[in-house]
Amino acid sequence: MTLKAEFINEKTSWQDLTEGLQIHEPATSKLFETGEWRTSTPVWEKDKCKQCLLCVPYCPDTCILVSEDRRGEFDYAHCKGCGICAKACPFGAITMKEGE
Amino acid sequence: MAIKDRMSGNEAVAHAIRQINPDVMPAFPITPSTEIPQYVSSMIANGEIDTEFIPVESEHSSMSAAIGASAAGARTLTATSSCGLALMWEVLYVAASNRLPIMMEVVNRALSGPININAEHSDSMGARDCGWIQIYAENNQEAYDNTLQAYRIAEHASVKLPVMICQDGFITSHAVENITLLEDEPVKRFVGTYEPEHYLLREDESMAVGPYAVSCYCMEAKRAQAQAMINAKDVILQVAREFEAISGRSYGFFEEYRLEDAEYAIVAIGSVCGTIKEAVDGLREKGCKAGLLKVRVFRPFPGEEMAAALKHCKAIAIMDRCEGYNSVGGPLGAELTAALYRVKAVSEVVNITYGLSGRDVKVSDVEVVYDGLEKLAQGENCFGEYPYIGLRSADRAE
Amino acid sequence: MRTLTEIRWHGRGGQGAKTAALLLADVAFNMGKHVQGFPEYGPERMGAPITAYDRISDYPIRVHSNIYEPDFVAVVDDTLLHTVDVTMGLKEDGAILINTLKKKEEIIPLLNGYKGKVFVIDARRVCMETLGKYFPNTPMLAAIVKVSGLMEEDAFLREMESSLKHKFAKKPEVLEGNMRALKMAFQEVY
Repeated sequence: MTLKAEFINEKTSWQDLTEGLQIHEPATSKLFETGEWRTSTPVWEKDKCKQCLLCVPYCPDTCILVSEDRRGEFDYAHCKGCGICAKACPFGAITMKEGE
Repeated sequence: MAIKDRMSGNEAVAHAIRQINPDVMPAFPITPSTEIPQYVSSMIANGEIDTEFIPVESEHSSMSAAIGASAAGARTLTATSSCGLALMWEVLYVAASNRLPIMMEVVNRALSGPININAEHSDSMGARDCGWIQIYAENNQEAYDNTLQAYRIAEHASVKLPVMICQDGFITSHAVENITLLEDEPVKRFVGTYEPEHYLLREDESMAVGPYAVSCYCMEAKRAQAQAMINAKDVILQVAREFEAISGRSYGFFEEYRLEDAEYAIVAIGSVCGTIKEAVDGLREKGCKAGLLKVRVFRPFPGEEMAAALKHCKAIAIMDRCEGYNSVGGPLGAELTAALYRVKAVSEVVNITYGLSGRDVKVSDVEVVYDGLEKLAQGENCFGEYPYIGLRSADRAE
Repeated sequence: MRTLTEIRWHGRGGQGAKTAALLLADVAFNMGKHVQGFPEYGPERMGAPITAYDRISDYPIRVHSNIYEPDFVAVVDDTLLHTVDVTMGLKEDGAILINTLKKKEEIIPLLNGYKGKVFVIDARRVCMETLGKYFPNTPMLAAIVKVSGLMEEDAFLREMESSLKHKFAKKPEVLEGNMRALKMAFQEVY
């Protein structure tokens, strides 16, 4: 019986890992909170945002979630603070703030 | 009912492949293994099997395609030799570490250079540490029988490793000899269908294969892979027992030929072993207690078992059809000598290089080795500092 | 009693010496023998000298070396006599068979003093009269059977007819030509 991804961590023994480190379930990257890596944080200024959604495909970590054709708040649990969205926004609606 | 036939080693493994009817075969031609994909292609064209043949542009691609097909859930094989195997180098490790039970027919041929097409074990020996099981054959019969056993070993739940089925280029691959074949139905029952638990095309499960592993996981993954190779030992013997039940032919890690009471033993791999047996019989008639240990399984390495079978011998010649370029000798010599040390054997041991690039080995060449072993046991070393047989040398007759 | 017959074939790449060796192994197998038929490759090019071998015995064959002391030698192309030592190791109580337009008396001086029996056949003439094309294998096969005494001529012909019938099921005229070539070769070799 192989362990589910959520139970695999740096303390897991070699006997308990999956063969070839295969992953047998989808969307396991959700379990890995890369938001901890962030040293600078994007801030969404709703009043300047035209909902053009250009920032969405630019985000390398799918941290700008879209619902009913409109973006919402950043997924800060996974946003690494790379700043690409701020560069991509034509309306200055995303600014980078130092720190988490 | 066993079927008496005659065919070359390449035809024999192609016959086995027809009986197994694997799902996918990507392959790129290279002498002397080219006939295998040729035969398989003909069988597909004639509607005898429904294997999907993928023509590729290199062996790196054939192994990569095999990895993709196997990960997708297909029973997969390919065939190659020499530089073709070398070109697969990088991806051989990927197949093994992803635990994909691919079968590869390796028709052993010298690696360049000098460029040469004839029999030598440098190709598969070069790939000995890439995580593949390796099983070697003396003749067409064993190449056929080993092919039939390959998937049962590779796909076993406690193994899941790729396997190389090796035979000597031209010497067995192109030699027509008698063979006893099994009928299709018992073969199909023995091999069974491939039912992997996890595979990319499984509709109800998402899967990722070959993820990046950071240091805190990678070493554990390798230890687990090493365990699969250890587990393969029991599985190889179990599968051999089941194969004996349907074929009457018995296999193990190695064959002991008149070894039980032998004082002088040769250890070798492949087609030369038939020639050695002939020499052993002749020497036994003259009262020389000669014996042979023929290595069938090189990976996993049955060192403990081989050492136990050999340690009573006064002198042992370990024969490598592969130059190690390590200033000491060949790979079989290095590993078996270490195994003999672990059982505290006191036998005299010499590692001899022979048969490089198709250099022929005669019964009389083998007799010279046994003669040298007798002398070695009495303290006289006539093998020289760097033992070769069948070599022209300015120093002395080697 | 273990009996083993060893035959060495000399030819040039493309002339079918390997095929002849394999055909002989085939026939012998069909007659219940243990066989080994194999080529020795040098440069794989048309015209390059090649060697092929047959071991035919009534017990399983294990030796995987080339043949150095053959009982019989068959030479598919007599131009090889100038470049290859075809009688090397050939047993004196054996025989050599050569495909040539020359007479036996002209060939013998080219054989490095070989003292055993010498046979010649003009396989080209046999082929042209029976097949209309030059395939030296067919007459050479019959000739080596006669020279070696490996099997009864009638039994050999019956076996060849049955295997050629199978092979050329859709070309009966080919079967007939080949059978005539085999029978004529039996007469022509001397």
